[in-house]
Amino acid sequence: MTGAVLSRFRVLALLPLMAFLSGCNFTVLHPAGDVAWQQRDLVIISTVLMLIIIIPVMALTVLFAWRYRQSNTEARYEPEWHHSTHLELVIWAAPLLIIICLGALTWMGTHLLDPYRPIERISENQPVPANAQPLEVEVVALDWKWLFIYPQYGIATVNELAAPVDRPISFRITASSVMNSFYIPALAGQIYAMPGMQTKLHAVINEAGSYRGFSANYSGAGFSGMHFRFLGQSPADFDAWLASAKAGGGDLTRAAYLELEKPSQNVPVTRFAQVDPALYNAILNMCVEPGKMCMSEMMAIDAKGGLGMAGINNVLPLTYDKFARRGTVFGGSPAMVVGICAPEDLVTPAASVGAFAPRQLAPREGASAARILGAGLPAPSFTPISAPADLLAPAARRPSNS
Amino acid sequence: MSASAVSQSAMSAFSTPVSPIFGRLTLESFPFHEPILVATFAVVALGGLVVFGALTYFRLWGYLWKEWFTSVDHKKIGIMYMVLGIIMLLRGFADAIMMRLQQALAFGGSDGYLPAHHYDQVFTAHGVIMIFFVAMPLVTGLMNYVVPLQIGARDVSFPFLNNFSFWMTVGGAILVMMSLFVGEFAKTGWLAYPPLSGISYSPDVGVDYYIWALQVAGVGTTLSGINLICTIVKMRAPGMTLMKMPIFTWTSLCTNALIVASFPILTAVLALLALDRYFGMNFFTNDFGGSPMLYVNLIWIWGHPEVYILILPAFGVFSEVASTFSGKRLFGYTSMVYATVVITILSYLVWLHHFFTMGSGASVNSFFGITTMIISIPTGAKIFNWLFTMYRGRIKFELPMMYTVAFMLTFVIGGMTGVLLAVPPADFVLHNSLFLIAHFHNVIIGGVVFGMFAGIAYWWPKAFGFKLDPFWGKMSFWFWVVGFYFAFMPLYVLGLMGVTRRLRVFDDPSLQIWFIIAAFGAFLILLGILSFLVQIAVSIKNREQLRDVTGDPWNGRTLEWATSSPPPDYNFAFTPVIHDGDAWWDMKQRGYKRPLEGFKPIHMPRNTPTGILLAACAVALGFALIWYIWWLAAVSFVALLGIAITHTFNYNRDFSIPAEDVIRAEDARTRVLAAQVTP
Repeated sequence: MTGAVLSRFRVLALLPLMAFLSGCNFTVLHPAGDVAWQQRDLVIISTVLMLIIIIPVMALTVLFAWRYRQSNTEARYEPEWHHSTHLELVIWAAPLLIIICLGALTWMGTHLLDPYRPIERISENQPVPANAQPLEVEVVALDWKWLFIYPQYGIATVNELAAPVDRPISFRITASSVMNSFYIPALAGQIYAMPGMQTKLHAVINEAGSYRGFSANYSGAGFSGMHFRFLGQSPADFDAWLASAKAGGGDLTRAAYLELEKPSQNVPVTRFAQVDPALYNAILNMCVEPGKMCMSEMMAIDAKGGLGMAGINNVLPLTYDKFARRGTVFGGSPAMVVGICAPEDLVTPAASVGAFAPRQLAPREGASAARILGAGLPAPSFTPISAPADLLAPAARRPSNS
Repeated sequence: MSASAVSQSAMSAFSTPVSPIFGRLTLESFPFHEPILVATFAVVALGGLVVFGALTYFRLWGYLWKEWFTSVDHKKIGIMYMVLGIIMLLRGFADAIMMRLQQALAFGGSDGYLPAHHYDQVFTAHGVIMIFFVAMPLVTGLMNYVVPLQIGARDVSFPFLNNFSFWMTVGGAILVMMSLFVGEFAKTGWLAYPPLSGISYSPDVGVDYYIWALQVAGVGTTLSGINLICTIVKMRAPGMTLMKMPIFTWTSLCTNALIVASFPILTAVLALLALDRYFGMNFFTNDFGGSPMLYVNLIWIWGHPEVYILILPAFGVFSEVASTFSGKRLFGYTSMVYATVVITILSYLVWLHHFFTMGSGASVNSFFGITTMIISIPTGAKIFNWLFTMYRGRIKFELPMMYTVAFMLTFVIGGMTGVLLAVPPADFVLHNSLFLIAHFHNVIIGGVVFGMFAGIAYWWPKAFGFKLDPFWGKMSFWFWVVGFYFAFMPLYVLGLMGVTRRLRVFDDPSLQIWFIIAAFGAFLILLGILSFLVQIAVSIKNREQLRDVTGDPWNGRTLEWATSSPPPDYNFAFTPVIHDGDAWWDMKQRGYKRPLEGFKPIHMPRNTPTGILLAACAVALGFALIWYIWWLAAVSFVALLGIAITHTFNYNRDFSIPAEDVIRAEDARTRVLAAQVTP
């Protein structure tokens, strides 16, 4: 329904902008994806709505400033006139009415264009087919480049993203170190990429072409070079692109990721023919580094009451550093929590929060028990592992400090 | 990974040595290798030496110390705040022009002239300085100067606290300035979002400078907020009920309520960030349960009210100016007051609109979007009120009124783009873009800066007894207004082209022209600032021609125009009794006669150096904490406590101006006024 309302305004609202549009590349006002088009419509309709009140105010300001200038003795002068109930009603009611319209528009628009909501239409008059399989892309903002993983095709790319036209795209987005914002103006609005957290974006590209994507949230020294090409392709071209990526070789293992993750600037396009299927979830749960406990695992343990005092010992000195230093002047040496699940548990997120089999409660590679540090307790012979299995069973909730 | 490699890298985890005497401070901390900074330092040092030499040569140190630095007079403190704001404006603007230049140059493979290390500090410092050390001192200075006079008080409630607040603000500014030449400033953006501002990704001193500069200044701001609230609530002249308060005093009251309620949040969130950085407490880290999103929320729960802290006093100025120069009572005083109060309350319900893109649900985003839009209703009502104040008036286009009209025309554009950004789906495409930059400069320059210049031109004759030179004032006005449009309209355009903020280099050559136009605009603003400085110099030189002896050069309406210009230390020989909202207008209408006899001794607060000493200790403490110089931190902290405790035993804090002195001052004014009436 909104679509119809929006389209009625579309032509009208565009008129004053035509002059501009001809000369420059106003991506935001002339995008190539349906979601961005709808957002653009909202930009224009809101502006027009507000101009209804802004233009008269500006005109009256100029008019009054001119007419009631001191030298114009013709104009009426009423030094004590300072109140008019009618006028007060108008000056409060007029903005109120505009804001009621705008508020309704906002409520609808925000819900319809919620980036977490799967799209329902390919373009204005074309709903998403019932059997459509969205293209899934896992996006990771790194220092300072973008990693795209295609779980359906088992490939990954750096600083290049491709998608077939008119096929819904479902992005899952995270970051490795600091906040970024994932933004392709031609495709859809932006959403933050944050470490240890996942945001989502649903969009579709309607016109083939090469578009600009970048980080829209400052993230450090290499921020300016943190952009990529987004290729909207015909299905055939997209298949060819996939095939060339498959043929190009390269394997994005965990070790390769840890190398890739290190800060680098203006990184050229790189493609990987294979990718560790558990990698994205490991990145999201911040446990790509060998031996580190995944956030999902930690949350599952904590949800069941935690490991108590034993957990305090379950840390290892941090060995991997992206930057000059971790740890603080008074905070003791930098550490990380030792994982007690195997990486294989992370293939799907569901598995990582499921029940733990005793077999998996063994120290992982790299987590030698001898180096596990304790805060206040002598390092035990790997206490966390000998914790009774019922500790982790859903029903047995244990007071955390007993 | 082999065990030996593991232990090696674990050992090198602390890479920075901390000396027991100098902390982290080494010779490398001084940026000798950066020619831009060395040149800047040379200029600043030379300028400083000239000022120091001149003050010594003319033997002004004693005068400055006795009459200004240790003064508890709200008028002098207000003027010192304004001076601080104007000096820091020069620094903040230098950063602005460096950015504009970099962005105009860095095209077609050129890296510009600033490396990332420097450029990222420049845009961070620009934001921090302009908000905390330009806008805040100007606003606080104006409130400090004007509010007690408008309510017929002799001073603020806590005169010593006022002096202390001022010097703490200066202390924060000194720490920021120090970062230019000792170490570096934050490279994080002006709100220092973690994890980037955490120790892992910003291990250097920059963020520590940021934290401690704001903490030191924040103490001053919070205390000054408490002080002014107390003053307005408790020290109004008899008869001045709340609804008879001048509108500037109303906006000041609301601003200070905002300060008192929001600055503690900033203090707390920066304290938590400091705990993260010094003690590894993981409030905002990625690991160990920290949440950077918490920081983003907290900083904006302070940050959004902060923009209203800046704009409300400017609204107050425009209200005073519009009614004075239209020769007319303010239209809709009551609705103006309610609009101000509504804005004050609503400003706490909108913070999330600064990060719609962080992934909140649609209902949360809509809620905050709509509350934001609702703020535009009282703001719109205010605009209409000024409009109908002009209606059927006799408008004198003196400088303050020119700024008011420029504000009304400019601010509505910024308000419109602001409401646009409050629509979450629109924000998704415009967030963090240059459109946003254009929007907030549109409201801050078009609102706060124009307001402050209007206020300075309006109250300058009150503070110094002569008007500002109109020619250079108009030069400054036109350069500022035209410069603003040239500098920021291109940024709106660039934002619609999808260009994001804080970029250092560009690869799309078609964008360059817009950045060149914006740089030209910044150059015009530079001329505006220079014209403003020339205006002040010329006005001081020609002060005899510009002299106003009446104390009421604009045919004013509120109480500050009832006393002499500059007002005597005691402001009013007799506390006036108020019968009307426009108190002085009402007194003039009823043929008010100045009392000529019956003067009594006046009880006044005594000057004290405690404020400046405490602030000096706070600066030393901040510096020590930034550089991990623990002995200095301990010494300065103990000194801080010691001086504060000692001051509580100082009972010699007041004196009386003898009746003879009052009589002498008032008789002199009587003679001057009489000479004026019969020339």
